[in-house]
Amino acid sequence: MSTIQKNKLSLTGNQAAAEAMRQIDPDVVAAYPITPQTEIVMAFSQFHADGKVNTEMIRVESEHSAMSACIGSASAGARTMTATSSQGLALMHEMVFIAASLRLPIVMPVVNRALSGPINIHCDHSDTMAERDSGWIQIFAENPQEVYDHMFLAMKLAEHPDVQLPVMVNQDGFITSHGVEIVDVLEDKAVKDFVGEYKPKTPLLDLKHPVTMGALDLYDYYFEHKRQQAEAVKRAFGLFDKVAGDVSKLTGRKYPMVETYQFDDADYVIVTMSSAAGTTKFVIDSLRAQGTKVGLLKIRLFRPFPYKIISGLLKGKKGVAVLDRSASFGAFSPVYTEIMNSCYYLDARPNIYPVVFGLGGRDLTPKLIESVYTGLIGNKFKTDQIEYLGVRE
Amino acid sequence: MAFLLKDLLGKDKILTSGHRLCPGCGAPMAVKMVTMATDNPLIITSATGCLEVSTTIYPFTAWDTPWVHSAFENAGATISGLQTAFLAWKKKGKIDKEVKFLAFGGDGGTYDIGLQALSGALERGHDFVYVCYDNQGYMNTGAQRSASTPMGASTTTEPAGKKSIGKRIQRKDLTMIAAAHHNAYAAQSSISHWQDLMSKAKKAFEYEGPAFINVLSPCVRFWRVPSSKTVEIAKLAVETNFWPLFEIENMKLTLNFKPKERKPIIDWIKAQGRYKHLLQAGNEPVIDEIQKEVDAYFDYLVRLSSI
Repeated sequence: MSTIQKNKLSLTGNQAAAEAMRQIDPDVVAAYPITPQTEIVMAFSQFHADGKVNTEMIRVESEHSAMSACIGSASAGARTMTATSSQGLALMHEMVFIAASLRLPIVMPVVNRALSGPINIHCDHSDTMAERDSGWIQIFAENPQEVYDHMFLAMKLAEHPDVQLPVMVNQDGFITSHGVEIVDVLEDKAVKDFVGEYKPKTPLLDLKHPVTMGALDLYDYYFEHKRQQAEAVKRAFGLFDKVAGDVSKLTGRKYPMVETYQFDDADYVIVTMSSAAGTTKFVIDSLRAQGTKVGLLKIRLFRPFPYKIISGLLKGKKGVAVLDRSASFGAFSPVYTEIMNSCYYLDARPNIYPVVFGLGGRDLTPKLIESVYTGLIGNKFKTDQIEYLGVRE
Repeated sequence: MAFLLKDLLGKDKILTSGHRLCPGCGAPMAVKMVTMATDNPLIITSATGCLEVSTTIYPFTAWDTPWVHSAFENAGATISGLQTAFLAWKKKGKIDKEVKFLAFGGDGGTYDIGLQALSGALERGHDFVYVCYDNQGYMNTGAQRSASTPMGASTTTEPAGKKSIGKRIQRKDLTMIAAAHHNAYAAQSSISHWQDLMSKAKKAFEYEGPAFINVLSPCVRFWRVPSSKTVEIAKLAVETNFWPLFEIENMKLTLNFKPKERKPIIDWIKAQGRYKHLLQAGNEPVIDEIQKEVDAYFDYLVRLSSI
């Protein structure tokens, strides 16, 4: 039994992120408001206005400047955070890559929202998926509790001396960001002790040891530096379970890279991420009550991607539907592609079906999820054809 | 309060020799004059550009002070982050020195792509100095047109031709845009007037809040002038009133230099290959128009300074 005192609060996903940020009390937050992330910046600004944090805030004039200011701050040696959504993430795209390549452990809640055009404010994963090759660690939360917990995991993993990489803490726009749930909140002191003091390796503020960061890197060194970056992400993968375990000790909850639900004896499986997993669990319960062996594989860690764990789990399944909340026009969607990559070398390779759902916030109803399981069982899908779930054809 | 050369001789160089800027480049002159104007430790950021690429070719660096570059359009935002991190460290007692924060951008990175980030940083009131080394074009990549390219100059993206005089319109008045952020100290100077530039840099470092200095910094390569003429050509810009030296503080404009008799703009035009097409017969009206604009702008500054 954990001896740490816990409080239960009614929080939205956004408030949960802001509450975690208050408790982490970073040195610098540079942020720009955007729907549906706005509430994070507003709530944190109020904490700042009420003197509840020691953080220095920069109210930047754009997301490009938000990430640029974060890069300045983090390279100086400050513990640095921001938050964004959709167009904001797209606008900072250039700097997102640079933050990772400068090895700056910035933590950024990303409240997933569809990318324009047409303009839409509701949830899908097109924003974060466009950054999947950026070198950031990407963690996905199912609900406000996971948003809250993931913030500490993200901070510790980002700042680990062997990692030094930025982390995105993803949650579903509106569905999670504006949905109120009961969240177990830790004592401030427990968080403070857990996150500790950030010890940057080569801060610019260390005047005695001047360093040059962001030098021009040509064909004689760039490749080696990219190779080192790949190695750092690999180390983050190796350390994820350890850091997640440390957070578990604090919260009593577990954070595996991949989570399963009613999985071991399941013949037919849905693979998905974020809030869709919650709805899927609900459907599984009702289908299981009717004696159908269905299960769920939820991906928490998308970058780096846990290929081996997933192939081990999917081995021998009869049918797998991969539910992607983003599209890759003219190609299969990102999660499906990675699942296919995971399973290629399996002897008992399951049939794997690509399903795209929920673009622009289209509701994923239990009935739709049920139709996926029914389709899997009835062998109605084709492996080479994307199923668009809930769309008017 | 003038700077004395004998005092400057012994000063540590922040930008050391061995960098790969062209012979005769104005940028390192601007950097050296500005960085020698303070005794405080400096943390510097540079926008992408000549200065950045030529001073930090990995694994070498010419900077003997903490320095960072991340992108082209964001020196204003980067310096905001750097300076704010310093405030956070200071609050925690992790640093006790008075550090100064300095950003360099070329005219491409400042007039054009970085204007928003600069404006944001000035408006927010961070305590920093931003120096634009203005060489009137994207010289790092081969003389493409910028908002600072003057009327009549030929660039590779708005070249002179049978039906073109080069750039058709006047350059943007960036110094006054910076001055429109009324909390900022804004100044215009030239590498040819080192006392003027260093005094303004000193004032900018001592100013509590944002400061911006626009420094004319000739590109001998693409202005098509001999590499020995950098200072001379910059001086001519001031003496023709093409590049007036002035500063704005607390919404008060001071003209720092009024030539007794301003030289005609044709002297400035004739001295540079980038204008050579203007000397062809038939282009006299263009030169007249440039002269009129130069005089009108100087009159405007005189009126503002005497109010």
